[in-house]
Amino acid sequence: MESRYNKRLDGRGFEETRPIIARAGVINKADGSAMFRIGRTTAYAAVYGPRELHPKHLQDPKKGVLRCNYNMMPFSAEERVRPGPSRRSREISMVTEKALLPVVNLEDYPNAVVDVFIELIETDAGSRCAGICAASIALADAGIIMKDMVAAVSTGVIDHRIVIDLDGEEEHLADLDVADIPIAMIPSTEEITLLQMDGKASKEELFRAIEMVKPVLKRIAEVQRKALKEKYKG
Amino acid sequence: MMNQDLKAHINEALKKGVRLDGRKKEEYRKIEITTGVIATAEGSALVKCGDTEVIAGVKLGIGEPYPDSPDEGVLIVGSELLPLSNPEFETGPPSIDAIEVARVIDRGIREGKTINTKKLCIEKGECVWTVMIDVLPLNYDGNLIDIGGIAALAALKDAKMLEVNDNKVVYGKRTKQSLPIMSMPVPVTILKIGDNLIVDPTEAEEAVLDARLTVSILEDGTLCALQKGGDASLSVKDINEMINLAVKKSQDIRRKIYEAL
Repeated sequence: MESRYNKRLDGRGFEETRPIIARAGVINKADGSAMFRIGRTTAYAAVYGPRELHPKHLQDPKKGVLRCNYNMMPFSAEERVRPGPSRRSREISMVTEKALLPVVNLEDYPNAVVDVFIELIETDAGSRCAGICAASIALADAGIIMKDMVAAVSTGVIDHRIVIDLDGEEEHLADLDVADIPIAMIPSTEEITLLQMDGKASKEELFRAIEMVKPVLKRIAEVQRKALKEKYKG
Repeated sequence: MMNQDLKAHINEALKKGVRLDGRKKEEYRKIEITTGVIATAEGSALVKCGDTEVIAGVKLGIGEPYPDSPDEGVLIVGSELLPLSNPEFETGPPSIDAIEVARVIDRGIREGKTINTKKLCIEKGECVWTVMIDVLPLNYDGNLIDIGGIAALAALKDAKMLEVNDNKVVYGKRTKQSLPIMSMPVPVTILKIGDNLIVDPTEAEEAVLDARLTVSILEDGTLCALQKGGDASLSVKDINEMINLAVKKSQDIRRKIYEAL
């Protein structure tokens, strides 16, 4: 189907992400940490643990528990974000956990918790994906056994056109249909660990979007790995 | 227990005039101030001091004035001890420590008349500007009040007013106009451990403090806010020494802030 969205607002190619910067080991007091910036959206993640889980009834004697906490700083959006958990941030924390769980091996840490704290210091769409990318680097930096990285990026369908890494302006295009599809993937197996969609797209468009995002996520995983190598090259 | 050993160790070293990280008693860690780091904030600053790194952001809004000051803008300072920044911090509503940090920073800025709130009145009794400053640690290794206070001042200096349409702010539309800033009340916290006075404590030093005193100091040396903390008492002589040290240190810090702006 013909699209009326033939040129991106910021001039990027349809499959092009905004510039990405990733760094590992940015928070000294944490067991592992990372910063992941895509465009202006900037996430910090810190991993603490494995450490004893309180309250005790949440403990699992068979394996460790992964606990993620996503938070936007009050000044990270145009309108001030009220401090404290919201329905939105709690849901994102939950789907972030599910996005990361398939790659982490927690069997060596019975009754323990691995805490992942994600703080968005500035946002311009795609913040849950940036958070997942940062968290994945931070978990590896903390020495948690992982099968692979998890890479994530928001994918979109704007008036039947597949676009990668929507920015805030694109998310809020008034006169075109916009579907925002955050996707997280284990790059080596191409398995999907986060999939959400806000807006309308045909089934065929969704699958085209998934195909199109695969190589992008593999490139993002490279950036994540490079951040870790940079830290440890000494 | 562990704290007792740590305390004995820190005390022994301090008697010889040495701190765990090799600093002198009256020596700050290196302070780096960067402003304009957050595009979504009207003003922002990132301040690094040793392993402590604090980010402050200013958001502006329009709201109703308080009934007892119908022609003045509203100032709100918030802080949270983010669990991201230190393994000792927990999730949940702000702890009493976070509330104290916010209130002491707030007091310095408010009582130091940093912001000319009369100039933030849009319609008397109806609508005024609200200035919301949030001070959050990314890395926490002590001295949040001072470093957060510096970050708050730098962020306020960095802030630009927003465009207004029909008494509503237009987010993202920044003007060239700065906030009406009238003073720079620098907070300096002095710790007392045993018989020693130190500045710019690390987390370990804070864990073993006997008492502390935060002094907010204006350009001309006038004091505009105080906060005594810690379980031990202070003699008048202690307080005198602490204030003298704080006033001396505030001059260096103020110079650093101006250099960064």
